[in-house]
Amino acid sequence: MNQAIRHSWIAAIAMFALIFGAISYVQVVGADELKANPWNRRAILQNYCNDRGAILVGGSAIAESVPGNESCKFQRRYNQPELYAGLTGYFSRSYGVTGLESAMDAQLAGSSDQLFFDRIGQLFLGNQPKGASVELTIDPKIQKLAYDLIPDGQRGSIVVTDPKTGNILAMVSKPSYDPNLIATQDVAKEQAAYNAAIKVPGVNLNPSVSGPTGALLAPGSVFKLVDTAAALNSGKYNADSVLPNPAQMSFPGIQYQLPNYAGGNCYTRNTASFAFALQQSCNTPFASIARDLGEKAIAEQASKFGFNSDLGDQLKLDYAPSIFPSDLDAAGLAQSAIGQRDVRATPLQIALMTSAIANSGVQMAPNLIKAVRSPDLRVIDQPKPVALRTSTTPEIAGQITEWMTSVVSEGIGSGAAVPGVEVAGKTGTAELGDGLNNSWFTGFAPANDPQVSVTVVMQGVDITAGAQLTSPNAKRIFEAVLNK
Amino acid sequence: MSHADTMPKPRRNVELLLLVLALSVSIGANALISIDEQTSLDTDFWFQSSLLAAASLVFHVVLRLRAKYADPVMLPLVVALNGLGLAMIHRLDAPGDDTGNNQLRWTVIAMAVAIAVIWFLKDHRVLRRFTYISLAVSALLLILPLVPGISAGEILGARVWIRLGPMTFQPGEVAKITLAIFFAGYLSSNRDLIMLAGRKIGPMQFPRFKDMGPMITAWLVSIGVLIFQRDLGSSVLFFGLFIVMIYVATSRISWVVIGLTLILGGGFVASKVFSHVALRIDSWLNAFTEEVFGRSPGGSGQIVEGLFGMASGGLVGTGLGQGRPNLVPFANSDMIIASFGEELGLIGLFAIVMMYLLLFTRGFRAALGTRDAFGKLLACGLSFAVALQCFVVIGGVTRLIPLTGLTTPFLAAGGSSLLANWIIVGLLLMISHTARGPVDTSPMQPGRTPEAQKPAPVTAAGSRQDRNTTQTLPDAPTEAVKHL
Repeated sequence: MNQAIRHSWIAAIAMFALIFGAISYVQVVGADELKANPWNRRAILQNYCNDRGAILVGGSAIAESVPGNESCKFQRRYNQPELYAGLTGYFSRSYGVTGLESAMDAQLAGSSDQLFFDRIGQLFLGNQPKGASVELTIDPKIQKLAYDLIPDGQRGSIVVTDPKTGNILAMVSKPSYDPNLIATQDVAKEQAAYNAAIKVPGVNLNPSVSGPTGALLAPGSVFKLVDTAAALNSGKYNADSVLPNPAQMSFPGIQYQLPNYAGGNCYTRNTASFAFALQQSCNTPFASIARDLGEKAIAEQASKFGFNSDLGDQLKLDYAPSIFPSDLDAAGLAQSAIGQRDVRATPLQIALMTSAIANSGVQMAPNLIKAVRSPDLRVIDQPKPVALRTSTTPEIAGQITEWMTSVVSEGIGSGAAVPGVEVAGKTGTAELGDGLNNSWFTGFAPANDPQVSVTVVMQGVDITAGAQLTSPNAKRIFEAVLNK
Repeated sequence: MSHADTMPKPRRNVELLLLVLALSVSIGANALISIDEQTSLDTDFWFQSSLLAAASLVFHVVLRLRAKYADPVMLPLVVALNGLGLAMIHRLDAPGDDTGNNQLRWTVIAMAVAIAVIWFLKDHRVLRRFTYISLAVSALLLILPLVPGISAGEILGARVWIRLGPMTFQPGEVAKITLAIFFAGYLSSNRDLIMLAGRKIGPMQFPRFKDMGPMITAWLVSIGVLIFQRDLGSSVLFFGLFIVMIYVATSRISWVVIGLTLILGGGFVASKVFSHVALRIDSWLNAFTEEVFGRSPGGSGQIVEGLFGMASGGLVGTGLGQGRPNLVPFANSDMIIASFGEELGLIGLFAIVMMYLLLFTRGFRAALGTRDAFGKLLACGLSFAVALQCFVVIGGVTRLIPLTGLTTPFLAAGGSSLLANWIIVGLLLMISHTARGPVDTSPMQPGRTPEAQKPAPVTAAGSRQDRNTTQTLPDAPTEAVKHL
C-alpha cells in the first residue's frame, strides 16, 4: 500500500512538473510572442498615460500629449483632427493604435533603440519617460488646400508628392473623422464615437488607415499609362506607331463589344497615334495593344509600377496592395487594359506610378517622415530618399511625359493647365455600372523638371462633376506648390 | 540510536515559528497593497491582519491541545496561501467591492469549522463508521444544485451552486470530502476481495466484473456531474480521486488503466455530444483564432487575457498592485493564478506552486505514516485531490489543458472552496497526528480511560513499522485506538 502511495505521489509530482513547465513557457519562453499579440491591450495601457512624442507638420503639432487628469498624467490630443486623421490614426485604449501612431510607436513612445541613452538618463533623473517627436514631410498649406478641394459629402482622395524624393506633401481623403473622440479616456464616449465613425462609408478605421493608402478603386483610363509603357517596352511599338481605333471591339465567341470612349473625339478616326489615343483617352487602341502583347506583358509592366506588391515599408502605414488580376480571357484582358473589371489601385499607387514617369522611370519609395527628434531636439533619424524600383527606362518615361503633356495642352485634361508651366497629366473615368464613375486625374509639373505630382480621385460622381472636381483641382494644387 | 531520536516530537514550536513567517508574508502582501492604493495602513488593514493572525494562532493552540503531533508545516503553508489569496482579492476589489472582506469572513468560518473538526472528531478513524452515510451525503450534495427552489440556477454555464439565504454555496466542494471518506471506508473494508479475485491478462491482473461496482458508480457520478451540472473540472476531480484511492487500496495498475480508459472514453464521447465540453476544448485548441477569441460565452477571451497577464509579469512580475490583472475576467477566482503570475512573476508563482507541492507532499507523508488502511486511503486521496485540483486549474490557466471551472485551493475567492479545503487540512492534520504520534497498538478495553493508557515506549512512527502493522492486521478495528 505504501508503495502505491509513493507512486501516487510521483504522479502528483509529475503533474506539478508539467505545471512548472507550462508557467515557464507562458511567462518566459513564449512571453514576447504574447506581448506582441495585437489583442494584447497591456502594451498600450502601459504607455497610455505616458508623455508621448508629438507628430509635427510645418513646426506645429498635429498630435501631442497634453497633461491629463489625476488617473492619467497625459492625454493624447489631435489638432485639426479631421484634416490629419488619415495620417495620424489614433491612440486608443479600447481600439488600439493605428496610422503613424502605430507605425512610429517605438519612437513616439520612446522605446526605440535610438533612444536608449535618453531612457537611461530619464531613469537616473527620475523623470517621466518621454518619447521622440516625429516631423512629417507634409506641407500644411497644401494639405489644407487639398482637403478643402474635396467638397463635404464627397468621397475622394488627393495625394501630392515630390516625384524626385518620394516625399509626400499632402495626403487627404474624405470623409474623415475626429480621432480625439476615439482616443478619449471616457470609455462610453470612445465606443460611441468609434461605432459612429465605422458606419460612415469611406472611413477606414482599422487596419487600413485612410483613403489614399487603404481604398482600392478601379483606376479607369489612368491605367492606359501602364499599357503605353508596356507597348514601348516591348519594342513592337514606337512613337510613330499607328494604332487601330475602331468604334467597338469584338471578341470571338461572345456578344460583348468594348466601346470606345464617348467623351472625347475618338469617334472621328479609325486609326490613332499614341498621342491622339492618350489625348482623347480612346479605349480600343489600348485594348488592341493588350490583345497584341498578351496578359503577361501588361501584368509585368503593372508590377513594375507597383501593382500586386508592397509600396515599401518606409511609408510605415498600412495599405492595400493594388491588384492587376491574372488568368484573364480576351474580353477581360481588354477591359483590364483600360483599368476596368477587376483592376484595383489605391490613390497612393497611382500617384507613385505617375511619379515614376516623372522621375525618369525610377519609382521612389513614398516617405512621410522628415525627421525624428529626441526630447532634447537632437535629430536621431532623417530618412534619405530611397529608390523603390525601376518602372521603365528614361527614354520611355520621357516619351510618355511628352504625350501626357499633350493630354493637358490639347486633350481632355486641359482643365489642369497652368499658364506658363508645362503640365503632364492623364485623366481616368472608371465606370461603376450605375451611371456614376470614379473620376481620376494624375499628373505632374513642370514636365521638363518635375517638382510635384498630383493625383486626384473622386468616387461615385457623374461625368460633369468628375471633370470639374479632378483636373481643375489638380491645377490649383500645381499653382499652390509652384507658387504660380 | 538514542532514545531521544526515536521519541516522536510534537514540533509545535517549529510550527509557531513558520506560522509567524507565513503571517508576515500574507500581512506584508496586504500592507504593500494598502500602501500602493494610498489608503495607508488604515483601521481596516489592522482589523483584517489581526483577525487573520488571531485565527491562525487559535488554530495553532488547538493543535497544541488536541493534535500535538500533527504535521508542523501544513498549517503555516495553508495560512500563507490563504493570506496571499486574501491580499490579492483585496487588491483586485474595485472601489465599493467587498469580495476581500467576504473572503476574510469565510476564512474565519472555514478555520473555525476545521478547528471544530479537530476538536470534536479527535480521531479520523471515527469517520469510517460513516462510510455509507458519506455516500448518501455525497449524493445529496451533488443533487442539491439541480433541485428547483434550492438551486441557484445556471451561473456561468454550470449548475453547481445552491442558494443559502443571501449567499450561494457550491456543495460539490464538500462532496469531494464525503466521497473521499466513502471511498476510503469502502475500499479499506473490501480491498482484499477486490485484490485477490480477478483474471490475469498479460502482466496485469484485471478485477472481476462484479468488483467493478464502485468503479462504475464513481464513473457514473463523474459523468452525471458532467452532464447535469455541466462541471467538467469537478467531474475530472472526482474520478481522479477515485482512481488514486482504488489504486492505493489494491496496488493494481490495472485499475488505473481501466479508470483512464473510462474517463478518456467518457470525455471523448462527452466532447462529441455536449456542446459545453466541445466549446471548452475548442477554446483551448484554437484560443488564438479570431472567431474563438471573440465568442461569448465559451470563447477563449478569458484564458488568452490570462496568458497576456502572465506574459507581462515575466520573470519577476510587475510587483503587487503594479500590474493590470483586472483586465482578465474572473481575476480573483478562476484566474487568480494569472493575477499572481502577472504581479509576482515566474518566481512568485513558482513559490506558490511550490507551497502546494509541499502541502500535498506532507499529506502523502501522513498517508505513509499512519497505520490504518482507512487513514492511509483518506490522506492519500485528499492530498491527491488537492494536487489534481491545482493541476487542473493551473494547467487550464496556462493552456496546458482545457480550462475548467475549478477553484484554486485557498487562493481563489469563494467560500465553499475555502471551507472544503480547510476541512481537508483539518483531516490531514489529524491523520498526521496519528502518523507522527506515539503508537499504541493495544486494543482498548471496556472501562479503561484513554488517560490510563501508556504510549508504547519504543515504537517509532515510520514506514518500516506500519507496514508490519497493516499487513498483519489489514482490517483491524482501529476505531478503538486512542492516543494521548
